[in-house]
Amino acid sequence: MRPEVFKMVDRVVAIDPGLETIQCEGLVPQESSIFEGHFPGHPIMPGVLLIEAMAQTTGWLILARNRFEKMPFLATVKEAKLRTFVVPGQMLDLHSRILHEGSGFVVAQTKALIEGKPVCNAELVFRVLPWPEGRMKDVVLKVAERVEFPVAGFVDA
Amino acid sequence: MSSTFDTVANIIAETCDIPRDTITSESHAIDDLGIDSLDFLDIAFAIDKAFGIKLPLEQWTQEVNDGKATTEQYFVLKNLCARIDELVAAKTA
Repeated sequence: MRPEVFKMVDRVVAIDPGLETIQCEGLVPQESSIFEGHFPGHPIMPGVLLIEAMAQTTGWLILARNRFEKMPFLATVKEAKLRTFVVPGQMLDLHSRILHEGSGFVVAQTKALIEGKPVCNAELVFRVLPWPEGRMKDVVLKVAERVEFPVAGFVDA
Repeated sequence: MSSTFDTVANIIAETCDIPRDTITSESHAIDDLGIDSLDFLDIAFAIDKAFGIKLPLEQWTQEVNDGKATTEQYFVLKNLCARIDELVAAKTA
């Protein structure tokens, strides 16, 4: 994980065949520039970045469901609970489950665990939109390979 | 059994914190009730769940953007309810 550049997911661990759930993981690094301010001498992962990690986890699942035809953008964060401090060196076990796929939007329940214990959870809503002009889709596909997303199974040649 | 309008009006009232008695079948969700597109996603989610349908929001938006339909056709509540009834009927046909 490199939270300073929003690389929150290290690896896609599993996507269920029905495309209802996903599991990812991200190791909170020992050092990152974000800890210079949050907080000096007492590094804690910012809650907003934990939410970002859950959102990125969900994003990979939505991309799998639409075979990279459209891009999910986080629109709403509901009932977010940040249950405990997350500190450098801890491994986030990230899970997301689709609650509903509407026309142009997706609702998901997501959570993060550390060693089996819940550390945060939220209900997230995404707008799912056509790819913007430019390089975004290519960049996302490159990131997909980095996080071991099973690209070949979900992207049409 | 409550009518489609009652169900939709209750959803809007609860989701957007709008007094239920101000919502009528002639209300325009955007122009009269001030519901924005983000809040409408929550309403669409609740309507989809309540009626077991999928409101075709992308199609409606495209039609409005292309000038093939007006927002009144989809977002005045009596018209929205008529579309919901059509979708429910199509599902059960």
